[in-house]
Amino acid sequence: MPKILSRKETLVLVLVAMTMLVVLPLLNAFTPPTSIFHVSNFAINLYGKYLCYGVLALGVNLLWGYTGLLSLGQCLFFSLGGYALGMHLMLLIGKLGQYKADIPDFMVFLEFPKRFPETGGLPPHWVPFKTFWFASAAVIWVPALVAFVFGLLAFRSRIKGVYFSILSQALTYAACLMFFRNDFTFGGNNGLTDFKFLLGHDINAADTRRWLYIASGILVLGAYLVCRWLTTTKFGLIQRAIRDSENRVLFSGYATANYKLFVFVFCAVLSGLGGALYVPQVGIINPSEMAPDKSLEAVVWCAVGGRGTLVGPILGAVSINALKSFATRSFAEHWLYILGGLFIIVVLFMPNGLVGLPKQLQALKTRFTRQPKAASAALTAIDVSTK
Amino acid sequence: MKGVLQDGLLFKRMDGSVLSNLFTRAKPAAAEHRSMKPTPEFILMLEGVNKTFDGFKAISDLNFYMDVGELRVVIGPNGAGKSTMLDLITGRTRPDSGRIEFGRDTDLTRLNEYQINRLGIGRKFQTPSVYTDHTVFENIWLSLEGSRSVWSSLFAPLRSADRDRIQHVLETVHLAEKASWKAGTLSHGQKQWLEIGMLLAQNPKLLLVDEPAAGMTDEETARTGELLMRLAGEHSILVIEHDMTFVRQIARKVTVLHQGTVLREGSVEEVQNDPGVIEVYLGRKKKGDA
Repeated sequence: MPKILSRKETLVLVLVAMTMLVVLPLLNAFTPPTSIFHVSNFAINLYGKYLCYGVLALGVNLLWGYTGLLSLGQCLFFSLGGYALGMHLMLLIGKLGQYKADIPDFMVFLEFPKRFPETGGLPPHWVPFKTFWFASAAVIWVPALVAFVFGLLAFRSRIKGVYFSILSQALTYAACLMFFRNDFTFGGNNGLTDFKFLLGHDINAADTRRWLYIASGILVLGAYLVCRWLTTTKFGLIQRAIRDSENRVLFSGYATANYKLFVFVFCAVLSGLGGALYVPQVGIINPSEMAPDKSLEAVVWCAVGGRGTLVGPILGAVSINALKSFATRSFAEHWLYILGGLFIIVVLFMPNGLVGLPKQLQALKTRFTRQPKAASAALTAIDVSTK
Repeated sequence: MKGVLQDGLLFKRMDGSVLSNLFTRAKPAAAEHRSMKPTPEFILMLEGVNKTFDGFKAISDLNFYMDVGELRVVIGPNGAGKSTMLDLITGRTRPDSGRIEFGRDTDLTRLNEYQINRLGIGRKFQTPSVYTDHTVFENIWLSLEGSRSVWSSLFAPLRSADRDRIQHVLETVHLAEKASWKAGTLSHGQKQWLEIGMLLAQNPKLLLVDEPAAGMTDEETARTGELLMRLAGEHSILVIEHDMTFVRQIARKVTVLHQGTVLREGSVEEVQNDPGVIEVYLGRKKKGDA
């Protein structure tokens, strides 16, 4: 068994976990709002959202940075996970909706009772989502199944590189358009919203939100550790070998398609789990979450944070979204320029992203301290050669 | 560019009769071989193989037989179809027609790359293809004979027997001291050796080695030759090479390919003294050597 974490890493991880899972929630729950240490409900909710994005980014990176598969459709799986739990949340609203009906509001005004009279307006595939455990299982198997079918077709046909990227983008766009349709029974462009309860708790209560935040933290840590383990196994080596020289792997007797399929499905499940925790925290899921630009944003988080490292994407997702929250409030009109500028700076000057920054600064420092000597040596050399 | 042009000229110079003449001369050699042994034990057999790329006949009616434990060198000018031949054997491309069999009647034309590899056919590419981001040790580890399933890659540990085997391979290819180096930091020649090591780790029955000496120093080339000769017998080895000094060092039997078909087969001397071969290949090569 390879050693997964060094002692120093374990220490850092424990500190991060303590801060994230214990200190912040405690500060939120037990400090008065006037205290400078107080973490507001709004902030906790926001952090929970960032962490879900972190899980998504982790998946994007495991595909892109580690396997060389740039998937531009990861938000599809994120949304599918979100929809799966969202359906359950919709059914928990009960008679508290605008129409005081047993079925979700959109089913009433889209006249579903006429379409599905035998279930009282509820489409048959919605029925099992009444149970929490079915919905939770669907959070995993629905993205996994979609990824499996798409991956099987793509990898068996040896679709690679940019073609794979384009196809994955087309897939999420197609799904997005499909979910926009009212007759697709998932709420059309309004999506699923106005949730009231989760497991018997008021979904908008500070307590519930705090626990959702903690769950997101646990998910991100768990996902990180699993990815960490995965990348230290022989599987991880093969994964990176596929990225660097797929032919060699293929001609060494490995069915590379199976390996890619495994990673693709695994990342879809990760994204799905992230999406499932995201939805109760933001209170809405609609097809715009599947739009190609959302998945592109996730790729930007990876690039900014540091592709090919595991911490990088989480860092990128959290920091860019924190910046986004701040900038959209303070400089609403200029936010997109800020994001674009940031991306250009990272691409041009920080090839290894935020994670690579300390090393880069160190290299810069040694260069500057050595520069004068080297420069004077070069100058004398020129002097000599001209004489 | 020059080579390509010359190939075109040669094509014009050589009319069909000359070609078929040479071809029939090549065939008895193979027949003789068969008659020497009571039971034909071919490790590899290509019969009547054709392959056309966009109208260009890369392989045309190719017949090729290799004995178990043989070390065979295939030479031929640029575009003779040497690498295409390896592509056909290893499943990278499929022939338009003809039979390709491995050992006793295993049809290779229906299998894909990894299935063919699992039968025991290892291939070294023309440009060294190693995993540059992995250490030398890991490169060999990934190539080590054993299960190729996703499941085993996740849960099967690296046994001490595996370690010993990796160590043994590393010593064979003189890379034991560099085991923890990233493969990307090796010199060109060392990468070639590493890839040969990766092939050995697979313990294949048949090794297909495409230009092993390219980019090597004279000393490295000589050592590569020694290694290949040592491995022959235990493994069957097919080497494609341009470097005639190297060919002279290792070859017992040489096959000359030209325009996708066998031009001549025999010992190095026989082949070198053959006027047809001199015309298409060695004559030009000598100029290049000088």
